[in-house]
Amino acid sequence: MTDTPVTDAHDDIDEDRRNFIHIVTGMAAAGGVAVIAWPLIDQMNPAADTKAASSLDVDISKVPEGGEIRVLIGGQPFFIRHRTQAEIASARNANTQSLRDPQTDEERLVPTPDGAYNPAILVTSGVCTHLGCVPVGPAQGNVGDYGGWYCACHGSHYDTSGRIRKGPAPSNLPVPDYRYVSDTVINISL
Amino acid sequence: MSGHESTYEPKTGFEKWLDTRLPLPRLVHDSFVDFPTPKNLNYWYTFGGILSIFLVIQIVTGIVLAMHYTADVDHAFASVERIMRDVPYGWLLRYVHANGASFFFLAVYVHMFRGLYYGSYKAPREVLWILGCIIFLLMVATAFLGYMLPWGQMSLHGANVIVNLFGAIPLVGEGIKTWLLGGPSIGNATLQRFFSLHYLLPFVIAGVVILHVWALHVPGNNNPTGVEVKDTRKDTVPFHPYYTVKDGFAIVVFLLIFAAFVFYMPNVLGHADNYVEADPLVTPAHIVPEWYLLPFYAILRAITFDIGPIDAKLLGVIAMFAAIAVLFVVPWLDTSRVKSMRYRPVARQFFFGFVAACLLLGWVGASNPDDPIIPLGSDKLVVEYSDENGLAAARTFEVYDEAAAFRDGLGEEAGASMAVQKAPAFTFLHLGQILTLYYFAYFLVILPLLGLRERPDEEPDSIHKSVLAREPSAGTPIAQPAE
Repeated sequence: MTDTPVTDAHDDIDEDRRNFIHIVTGMAAAGGVAVIAWPLIDQMNPAADTKAASSLDVDISKVPEGGEIRVLIGGQPFFIRHRTQAEIASARNANTQSLRDPQTDEERLVPTPDGAYNPAILVTSGVCTHLGCVPVGPAQGNVGDYGGWYCACHGSHYDTSGRIRKGPAPSNLPVPDYRYVSDTVINISL
Repeated sequence: MSGHESTYEPKTGFEKWLDTRLPLPRLVHDSFVDFPTPKNLNYWYTFGGILSIFLVIQIVTGIVLAMHYTADVDHAFASVERIMRDVPYGWLLRYVHANGASFFFLAVYVHMFRGLYYGSYKAPREVLWILGCIIFLLMVATAFLGYMLPWGQMSLHGANVIVNLFGAIPLVGEGIKTWLLGGPSIGNATLQRFFSLHYLLPFVIAGVVILHVWALHVPGNNNPTGVEVKDTRKDTVPFHPYYTVKDGFAIVVFLLIFAAFVFYMPNVLGHADNYVEADPLVTPAHIVPEWYLLPFYAILRAITFDIGPIDAKLLGVIAMFAAIAVLFVVPWLDTSRVKSMRYRPVARQFFFGFVAACLLLGWVGASNPDDPIIPLGSDKLVVEYSDENGLAAARTFEVYDEAAAFRDGLGEEAGASMAVQKAPAFTFLHLGQILTLYYFAYFLVILPLLGLRERPDEEPDSIHKSVLAREPSAGTPIAQPAE
């Protein structure tokens, strides 16, 4: 038996054609994997009912002066604080330029329906910007060195405007997206 | 070892029939019966066997607990309490599972330190070492996911701290966080996926353990001398009965200690706050992870400074993950040709320093970073007031009565206030920063440089000769005091 037929068979192979088939097959397989993988990844994102439950109306007339209430929206805590005149004054008089995250007290409020500001009511997120603990406040008997909130986890002190003054937290307690529905009701959304 | 001839001889007709179809008995015989093992392995080498037993314990108790557990934020805590009170032997199964996790980590840390001491990561065992690092990483993930399931205060807020770390990643951090949680914060979706993955990962670990044992059986065991097997007949003994018995004895002793914890102090390694149901509105005053993750938590908190554009929070996260990642490249960081630290007198000192640093990091992780270890002076009281010209002034006092008298002596218009001024001190934060520096220096500076500069002691010619040298009656005569 000679080796001629074997070499002849190999001479017939069109390498370009074969490479093209390899690449196209590989791409089709990769595309198929991606199409199947995406639902498996995306299912972990918030579900429609979770997203829907992401805003809340709060009656602020029930908050006692000098105190606060805490509400949960989608499991996230928010503080609604009724500030005393002294607390408002200290929030306004702070030298904002020297702060870690400079913001005036006015920048941290939203206008009521008639366009004025209601400095007595301060609404902030209840999540410390350091590592997500919930700071303690007037109801827990510890307002920190600056009269606002104190995060016991790693010692962050917030002032009466919710601004970071001391400790490891990098920024102020965020002001959530909220609006005055009436003079006594606010709507907070995530 | 791979070069070792199979000595399996099928005896019965069935064994012969099976051997030509699925030679599983041959694989078991060659791997765990007549597997040539260095004759000088000490008790530090029994922890691999202990770990395999604990993987089985965790999987068996876990499967049983899952029959009674409910992964729902409204029912999870109550279902765990029901396991403790109403399910027959539920208290035992849960205490075995919870303490089993602790002992699993205790054993794995001993196993890892043993590998670092005897140079078990060096050629030709790099892949074996890396697979071990992967198992450790999977164990950390599994333990973290499992700690969420009882839905106690520490479950919720501990997980919150760790998940928020992902938020520190620039640009995509918040998106990743929401994706991991399945909502704006930790909730039912989070608990259910954590349960699902907590059930999955142990089986992934079991798979990687099979690869780990395979990668062990190709080059064979390292040993306390670090000298490779040269003559199988002289240097090794069969795994069974020599090491099945030795491992078995160690496993029994370790299980006795484990039983003491399960039956007499089942909660001593846990945290009381986790027996309070999770409440997203109240954070426990002192959040700490389980003890076996404390050193990494200490490294996370040690970074309180920014470097260039990277802020302290992200830097802490990077340092914490780097502390595990650096283990993967140890085989290439250690430049010494000598495996065992028995023959590396200088490296040995640094190694024991490293063990001490890891233990101390655990202590730092459990403590409040701002608490003083060594106070430098005493706390003082500062009275701040406005003087007669209306300028801000302050006076410092050592005694409360004097400070109070001074404050009360000032007029109403002075607006005096009193505050505590903390004395300077060497705090847990400072200790944590020093230890973190040493942790990384050990791998990135000491091991690479020492291998090039150190003059090692002389290694024995073979395992056989090192064993004989320890037995005066059988080897060269050694002067003995007259009896």
